[in-house]
Amino acid sequence: MNKSNSSTRLAYQKIGYGFLTVMAFLTVIPIVLVLLYILKQGLPAISWEFLTGFPSDGMKAGGILPAIVGTIYLTIGTAIFAVPLGIGAAIYLSEYAGDNKLTRAIRISIINLAGIPSVVYGLFGLGLFVIFMKFGTSILAGSLTLGIMTIPVIISTAEEALRSVPQSFRIVSISLGATRWQTIRRIVLPQAVSGILTGVILGLERAAGETAPILFTAAAFFLPRLPTSPFDATMALPYHLFVISTQVPGMPIEIQYGTALVLIFFVLTMNIFATVIRSRARARRQW
Amino acid sequence: MKTSNTKYEFIITPIIKAMGFSAILFVVLIFYFLISEGIVTLKEVPLKNLFSTRWYPIEDYYGILPLLGGSLIVTLGAMLVAVPVGVCTAIYISEISPGRTREILKPLVEMLGGFPSVVLGFLGILILSPYLRILMNLSTGLTALAGSLLLAGIALPTIVSISEDALDAVPRSYRDASLALGATDWQTIWYVTLPAARSGVLTAIMLGIGRAVGETIAVMMVTGNAPVLPTGLRYLFMPVRTMTATIAAEMGEVAEGSTHYHVLFFIGIVLFLISLIINVTASALAIRSRKRAERILS
Repeated sequence: MNKSNSSTRLAYQKIGYGFLTVMAFLTVIPIVLVLLYILKQGLPAISWEFLTGFPSDGMKAGGILPAIVGTIYLTIGTAIFAVPLGIGAAIYLSEYAGDNKLTRAIRISIINLAGIPSVVYGLFGLGLFVIFMKFGTSILAGSLTLGIMTIPVIISTAEEALRSVPQSFRIVSISLGATRWQTIRRIVLPQAVSGILTGVILGLERAAGETAPILFTAAAFFLPRLPTSPFDATMALPYHLFVISTQVPGMPIEIQYGTALVLIFFVLTMNIFATVIRSRARARRQW
Repeated sequence: MKTSNTKYEFIITPIIKAMGFSAILFVVLIFYFLISEGIVTLKEVPLKNLFSTRWYPIEDYYGILPLLGGSLIVTLGAMLVAVPVGVCTAIYISEISPGRTREILKPLVEMLGGFPSVVLGFLGILILSPYLRILMNLSTGLTALAGSLLLAGIALPTIVSISEDALDAVPRSYRDASLALGATDWQTIWYVTLPAARSGVLTAIMLGIGRAVGETIAVMMVTGNAPVLPTGLRYLFMPVRTMTATIAAEMGEVAEGSTHYHVLFFIGIVLFLISLIINVTASALAIRSRKRAERILS
């Protein structure tokens, strides 16, 4: 191999690396810019009144409290439904299921659930919960719809966390006379808890930011009071942002950016929580 | 003590089992409800009308081709951007970036994945589309292109993180062998690592397409909502309307049980089947690559 050949090859490498670096920054820089821009534009709108007041003057003034509370209710409702079911299904897949046709059917179902467009979940929620089960447009119907959408995320991350617990832990526990459930409850789950928690938070984060599934199952354009029962419709941050940026003419720009900032803050706080829990758990892991 | 333990086991095992099977139940339920509300479309609307190029429900024109075309062109535009950028970003993160940069890039990409799409749509209306309108001298900035760019952002995290997993899974020994034969790092990436991770990268792209086809709110906010059948790439610079946006925009206004209502559910069936095909193909690809890796490594 002569020298000029190897220097051309290194030149290729330099060009290639440069190109890939540019592409990577093309991905990342817009994310940072968008975050900073929303922060800069939205921060002036944030005040105590904005966070704790009701919309007034056709939503062109006042606060967004009902939307914030609505999103919190929907997220809690989603969690109540999706977290136990998702973790239970993950335990089944990781600890009980054999390698057979039924398990494969479950896995294919989970993959499909994860890929179904969110607006199709909305249609399904409308058909099953709102109309067939007569829940009406309500927090309950919205939470159930969001819950089913969130379950595949929770199952796959929780299963991964459970599977990463070494098999020897289970064998030791069983050989000491513990039952299968005792082993899961006392040995496997505690070891996997941070991984499961990360998955749960990431799933709920997605649910909290979604608009399409709640469009026809839970969302109200405007409510003069806070919802008092699970059968009430509710305002929600994503839907509110959609409404004030497309349906209300002459909407003050600060309120729009303020609402976007509150939504981003809500969602990113969850995201950062999940990231921190995961990296701490990785650092602490002893096996 | 022992009997109570075993008794507990008898209660808990069926519960866990039932939870495990719930995923199948949900898929079946979703499909059932879409079918039960949507399939009557085939009786109520003549096929010639349904597969025509005119969507104008007020006058009973239910041609879904413009909506299919709208979804297609917006997704195509998104992939033209997101596939090269996403795969290159994945290669950069997995193969080149120093440890520190990697620790910053990965969470940032993940953060983009958690970004509510309504926020992207909001910025699309306020910033992206006015900018595109001026830049390209269009009559409106609310075009398929604006939708494509937002969708690229939405599909990117999926493409990056799954491609990166695939690249990470390529055994260290492949790279070592290539380097030992005198290949540069770049040649190793290009001729060894990337081809070895090919199925995983393809899976990532398929799932990215799935995200893009199914995205609703962001697309609905910026594509201008004109149900026109796109017949060429020039339609990228015109308003279009996707299947998802049509459902989201019109479901609120239709009477339950009307033909229009049934057609919207029918579009839901079409979307369900598209996502089914994409996801089954993607997971088949992923399984194939895993099997091949096992064969080679054993």
